[in-house]
Amino acid sequence: MPELAAELLECERNGRVLFSGLGFSLQPGQILMLEGRNGSGKTSLLRILCGIRLPDAGLVSWGGEDIFKLGPDYHEHVSYVGHRDGVKQDLTPRENLRIARAMGKPNPDVEIEDVLEFFDLYDLDDVPTRTLSAGQQRRLALGRLLVTRATLWLLDEPFTSLDRHGIDRFEKLMQEHGEAGGMVALTTHHRVALPDTKRINLSS
Amino acid sequence: MSDLSLRSAFAVLLKRDLVLAYRRRAEIANPLLFFILITALFPLGLGSNKPMLQAVGPGVIWVAALLAALLSLDGMFRSDFEDGSLEQLMLSSHPVSLLVVAKISAHWLVTGLPLVVVAPLLGVLLSLPGDAIAVLVLTLLLGTPILSLIGAVGVALTVGLRRGGIILSLLVLPLYVPVLIFASDAVSTAAAGIPITAQLYIIGAMLVLALSLAPLATAASLRVSLS
Repeated sequence: MPELAAELLECERNGRVLFSGLGFSLQPGQILMLEGRNGSGKTSLLRILCGIRLPDAGLVSWGGEDIFKLGPDYHEHVSYVGHRDGVKQDLTPRENLRIARAMGKPNPDVEIEDVLEFFDLYDLDDVPTRTLSAGQQRRLALGRLLVTRATLWLLDEPFTSLDRHGIDRFEKLMQEHGEAGGMVALTTHHRVALPDTKRINLSS
Repeated sequence: MSDLSLRSAFAVLLKRDLVLAYRRRAEIANPLLFFILITALFPLGLGSNKPMLQAVGPGVIWVAALLAALLSLDGMFRSDFEDGSLEQLMLSSHPVSLLVVAKISAHWLVTGLPLVVVAPLLGVLLSLPGDAIAVLVLTLLLGTPILSLIGAVGVALTVGLRRGGIILSLLVLPLYVPVLIFASDAVSTAAAGIPITAQLYIIGAMLVLALSLAPLATAASLRVSLS
């Protein structure tokens, strides 16, 4: 499985340099925590790693190739859950997951029913998402990670509005994903109880 | 395999937008209502002066169609941008320019096609002759997809701006003008009983050009707007 590498990344916002000369690599099985104060560029870095945002300098590569050249060939390995949930409020959870599945490389081993079950959304699968609570909507967004065969999970504050039980469950899921050879890069202010995570602090 | 999954992604996205439009049909009906009202007010304002109505009719209907299309544009990517679905679309493992075609098609089916359907009634209201009404429908059928395609590029460029509405109009309207000129000219010419093949070919050529270039431009613009 290819590795994700960043070299000499620089990001500027509103004329201020958020970070520069940033380099790291993420191997299969690793979990990377991006830390830093508010406004230190964690979200921007994640968006650069996704390929949504261009770095002001530097390069992100996947298996040695520039992700901007790879385009869709890179995106089939990536699943991103950002600040904005990316779920359609007027559609039901099931419809939302079906769309997410079709947009990427569908994972044939996982049924949408199982994902709804896992995230405790099974009884709510026929109501519009807008009637769900914030925590339930977040769980639906995280459910997207399972319906495709993406190996690299990029997560921006995934624990926001999750309850204790949901947090434990999702930590376990990340750990299993890592053990199966997947990669996770996440930002969070929450203390994560995961063993051997790699950490990068953008404030220092 | 990948061909098949691309086709299914296209179909899923098209269906998604149609379902969403159906669930908020009140909003979608707005441009259509606007189109009908504007056109219906002209005979009231101008009186029952039949030759005059016939003379201005094609232009009036096409101007109203243009403004209705402009009114409907903002919805094309706005809600997707706000709820993060657009980011997900850009991160799809399928080419964005093709997925964008699904969105534009849905937009046309929901906002363009209804204009084509009600146009004959409005033609009668403006006392256009039968031949001219047939040509009116034909030009709308060829022309409204161009409006959606060109509009998509404009919306993609302005979706990241808080008040993109005015810039969008300034950006898109000049590009709509050729369609307006040739289409309304075709209808008036047909009303006078003169052949209109030339105008139809030109509108057809514009459609082909828009269809081949607009999706690429839209995908590139979305990338700029999101970064």
